[in-house]
Amino acid sequence: MKISYYPGCTLKSKAANLEAAAVAALAALGIDVEEIDRWNCCGAVFSLTADDLVHQVGPVRNLIRAKEKGAAQLLTLCSMCYNTLARANRIMRDDAVKRDTINRFMDDEIDYAGEVEVVHMLTFLEREVGWQKIREKVRVPLEGLRVAPYYGCTLQRPAEVGIEPFGSFNLMTGLLTALGATVTPFDAADKCCGSYQVLNGEAGARSTAAVIVDRAAAAGAEALATSCPLCEYNLGKQQGRLLEAGQITTAVPTFYFTQLLAVALGVAPESCLFELNDPASLDLLKTKNCLVAA
Amino acid sequence: MTLTITAQTISTKSIEQLNELSGENVKLCMQCATCTGMCPMTAEMDLSPRKVMHLAQFGMLDRLSDSNTWWKCASCHACTVRCPRGIDIAKVMEALRQRVLRTNKNYIEPSALPAERIAELPQIAMVAAFRKLTS
Repeated sequence: MKISYYPGCTLKSKAANLEAAAVAALAALGIDVEEIDRWNCCGAVFSLTADDLVHQVGPVRNLIRAKEKGAAQLLTLCSMCYNTLARANRIMRDDAVKRDTINRFMDDEIDYAGEVEVVHMLTFLEREVGWQKIREKVRVPLEGLRVAPYYGCTLQRPAEVGIEPFGSFNLMTGLLTALGATVTPFDAADKCCGSYQVLNGEAGARSTAAVIVDRAAAAGAEALATSCPLCEYNLGKQQGRLLEAGQITTAVPTFYFTQLLAVALGVAPESCLFELNDPASLDLLKTKNCLVAA
Repeated sequence: MTLTITAQTISTKSIEQLNELSGENVKLCMQCATCTGMCPMTAEMDLSPRKVMHLAQFGMLDRLSDSNTWWKCASCHACTVRCPRGIDIAKVMEALRQRVLRTNKNYIEPSALPAERIAELPQIAMVAAFRKLTS
């Protein structure tokens, strides 16, 4: 099976581990990922003012690239890209006036009316592969690894584009269970990590991140699974600073869900680019014996 | 917070402008404060989201202009999904930000970011922050 894929800017550099692990894992599942041509930035955040259409041009252009390829679905990995593309897609599908304005503004492009479905990898895995098939393909079960599924904001909010209803975490729970991990639910799984506020004084973002890591640790989690590079930055890469400042007491290493999937499917750890995570992440997998033998 | 409300303090024009820009109706708010309870950033805010909504309902945008609340909003939509009146509060916060940003003012200065921060921050953090907090 082939699937059209939109990476987004962060996945080509700071979060190359999210992408590399996903592509390797999907290959192990027999799925060929085809990156769309000439993609551009999704805009990272969806414009919320009623009169702002110019910021929809970026995401819609990506959807047009997918339509040109004849894609029925466009796969995304990053939560923020998913949200921005999915929301722009809904405008093009449901709002005739805005659709017409945007199409006419981009008169050198083909017309677009929401024909492509934007799909997040967690949804794609459940729908197109299924937990049972993934379970059968697992070579290194993540036995004894207590992982807390962390969704953050943009996978579930607002409801119209949520991969599942607010407050439910079935997709990541299903995946982690299939991988043999012990799923550790916790009560801050849909709490915001502080997001881009990390550039606006930082204290606010750090204290929200501390609450999330703290609650995950209190629930008994040894690891956090996420799908967003900004969450991974606030919760993972900043975690050492939270520990130093005494804002948290226990480390809870962070992973992209694609990395956990890849290692469980027997992908070599080198292909999952763990050097882009905090060193504690790979150390934990080694300690837990969750890596394929070299 | 005591509000003196007279015909002079209420600005129907401001309410209309805010509603038009946000696409929402701030008057639907019944002041239950669910938004404040859901918000992860209230510790950083000088006015809670509920208070912002209250002032917005009276069109008291001058009174709101010194507030840092919508600058500290992370657009996480936790308020939006739980509002029992169906108001997309994140859109109201965005409209309040845009009222200022569209006068060519920045809330944060990209040029003041240290090079070592730029080197470590994911691109989406910077794109998002510049979109939300700069003109």
